[in-house]
Amino acid sequence: MTRGGERLTVPPADFASYYGRPVLKPPVWKYDIAGYLFTGGLAAGSALIGAGAQLTGRPGLRKVGRWTALGGVAASTYLLVHDLGRPARFHHMLRVAKVTSPMSVGTWILAAFGPLAGVAAVAELAPLLPQHGVLGLARRIAPPIGNVAGLAAAATAPALATYTGVLLADTAVPSWHDAYPSLPFVFAGSALAAASGVGLIAAPAAETAPLRRLALAAAAIEFGGGHQLERQGLTSEPYTHGRSGRLVRAGRALLAVGTATALLSRRSRVLSAISGAALVASSVATRFGVFEAGRVSARDPKYTVVPQRERLNENRSVTPL
Amino acid sequence: MPHANALYGPLDPAPDAGYENAPPRMGFFTDTSVCIGCKACEVACKEWNGVPESGLDLLGMSYDNTGALTANSWRHVAFVEQPRSAGWATPAFAGDPDGPAISPATAAVGARTSTDTGTDPGLPTGSPAAAARMSGGPEFLGMPGAQPPGRGSGAEGRTDFRWLMMSDVCKHCTHAACLDVCPTGSLFRTEFGTVVVQEDICNGCGYCISACPYGVIDQRKDDGRAWKCTLCYDRLGVGMTPACAQACPTESIQYGELDELRERAAARVAKLHERGVPEARLYGHDPNDGVGGDGAFFLLLDEPEVYGLPPDPIVTTRDLPAMWKRAGLAAMTMAVATAVAFLGGRR
Repeated sequence: MTRGGERLTVPPADFASYYGRPVLKPPVWKYDIAGYLFTGGLAAGSALIGAGAQLTGRPGLRKVGRWTALGGVAASTYLLVHDLGRPARFHHMLRVAKVTSPMSVGTWILAAFGPLAGVAAVAELAPLLPQHGVLGLARRIAPPIGNVAGLAAAATAPALATYTGVLLADTAVPSWHDAYPSLPFVFAGSALAAASGVGLIAAPAAETAPLRRLALAAAAIEFGGGHQLERQGLTSEPYTHGRSGRLVRAGRALLAVGTATALLSRRSRVLSAISGAALVASSVATRFGVFEAGRVSARDPKYTVVPQRERLNENRSVTPL
Repeated sequence: MPHANALYGPLDPAPDAGYENAPPRMGFFTDTSVCIGCKACEVACKEWNGVPESGLDLLGMSYDNTGALTANSWRHVAFVEQPRSAGWATPAFAGDPDGPAISPATAAVGARTSTDTGTDPGLPTGSPAAAARMSGGPEFLGMPGAQPPGRGSGAEGRTDFRWLMMSDVCKHCTHAACLDVCPTGSLFRTEFGTVVVQEDICNGCGYCISACPYGVIDQRKDDGRAWKCTLCYDRLGVGMTPACAQACPTESIQYGELDELRERAAARVAKLHERGVPEARLYGHDPNDGVGGDGAFFLLLDEPEVYGLPPDPIVTTRDLPAMWKRAGLAAMTMAVATAVAFLGGRR
C-alpha cells in the first residue's frame, strides 16, 4: 500500500504487542549449551555402548565406548562451567538438590556419571602397567573395578541423555516448552546416533554389528519424537523454518543417510567411517537446531502472544465472564 | 508432604515454603488508570537499591526510553499512544487536527532501536512487522505517519487519541518458575511471599531468565549474576513501604497486604465501569490463573499484550511431572534399544 509517499506492508496475521518487543527474555545460554546437549548425549550413549560391549565380550568396542564417554563428560563439564555468568561459583550447584529444577537434577546426574565414566576409562590403561609390584596389583584389580564402574555409569546414562529434554522444556520458551513430550525422545535418539557414529568410526569392524542395529533404533526413536515436533501448532514453526529449521532438517537427513549407510556398510571400513561421521554430524545439527528454535521462539512476541490469546478466547467462549 | 497445589493452583506461598506464623502476603497493586508516566518509581528504585545506570539513549519509539524490565531496571514505565478516544472524558482535541501520532512506519522503526543496558539479554530489538500492527488497532492499519497529525486525513478522518502508561515490575508469582528452576537455591521465597535473588549465591546459570513467563529477570553483563525487583525486602522487614510505591505521586503504585489490595482493586474496577470506562480490567489478581495469582498485579485499560504482558501465562512447572514422565519413558526406551541391539541378532 502506498499513501503519503510511504510504502507499507502490513502482514495479515494480527496480534497486539508492545512495539513488537519480545514478551520473554530470550535464553542467555550461549552455544556452549547447544554443544553440551551434543557432548552429554554422546557421553551417555557411549557409556551404554561400553557396557553392552563389556557384557558381550567386545573389548575393542568397550574401550572406544569408555573413552568416548569420558571425553564427552569432560567436555560437557567444561562447557557447562564456561557458560555460567560466574564460572568460579560452579560449585554452588551442589548446595541443593531440587526435583523442580532440571538443572539441579542434571548436576547430580553428572556428578554421579562423570567419576564412574572416568574410572571405567582409566581402568582400560591397566595393560600398560608392569606385571609385578604394587603397580602389578593395580594392574590386576583395575579391570574388575572398571567393569563395575562401567556398568554403574551405563545405569545413569539414560537419565543423562534424556533429562536435557526436560531442561529445555521446563522454561517459558514457547517452542521448547510445547515440545516437552517429544524432546526427551529426540535427545535419546540423537545420543544413541552420535555414540554409534563414534563407535563405527573408531571400533574394530568385527565388533560393530550391534552399532548398526543401534543406529537403526536411534533413528526410529528420533524420527518418532521429531515427528511430533512439527505438530504442536504455531510453535512448531521454528523447527521447520529459518536457520533453526534448516539445522533440524539437516539433522534428519544426515541421520537417514548415516543409518542407511551403516546398514549397508558391513564389510567396508570406509563406508562405516562415512556412516559414523554422518551420524555424529546429525546429532550436532539436531542439537543446535533445537537450541536455535527455542531462541527464535522467545525473540518473536508472536509465539508468546498468539497461542495464549487463542487459549483465552476459547476459554471465554466456553465460560462467559 | 508437598501441598497438592505445590506446582499449580491457588496457594499461600510463604507457609508452603515452610514459614511458621508467616506475616500476611505483601504485594503491589499498580493502577494504570492514574499513572502519569513520570517514572519517579524507576528513579526511586534505582536510588534505593543501588541499581546501575541502564543506558541513557533515546529509543525513538515513544516517551518510554527504558524499553523493558532488565537487571538494571526493576521498574519500567511502558508508554503507548493509541488513536482512540479516552472514552470517559471530553475529547481533549475536539475539532483540532489530531490524527494518530504513531504510524505503522514509525512503530516499525521504534522496534529496531535498542540501548546498552549493561545487561544480557537486556533490551532485544523487536519485530518491526508486529510493531507496525500495534499502531492503533486494525481500523488504522496503513495510516501514514510522515506528516503532522491529521493533515492528510481530512476533518472526518480525525480521531482522538489516548495515552496508556503502566509501571511494570516483577510479578512475585505464587508459582514462581524462576525460583523453582534455580539450581543453586539463590532465588528464595521470603516470609512476605515475595521472591528474591541472593546475590552471594547466584552463579549466573541463566535458567531463571528462560523460565520467567513475563520476561522480567535478566543478567548483568559485568558481574554475570541475575537481578530483579526484591519488592524492597530490606524495607519490608522494618515495616517501610517499597521505594517505588513511596515515590509514586498519584498512588498508581499501591503497596499493602495482598488480600486487601485485591479488594481495593475490585472496588476500583467497579467504580471505573460505573463511570464509563468499560475497558478497565484486572491482570494477575486471580489466584486461579496460570501462575496462581501475582503478588504484584495491575489494573489495565487494554489487553495485556498491548503493554507487553503475556495475555495468559502458565507457569512452566505445571507440566513438570508430565515432563519427567516423558523423560523416564525415553530413558527406558534408550536402555531397551541398547540391550536389544547388543543381544538381538547374530553375534
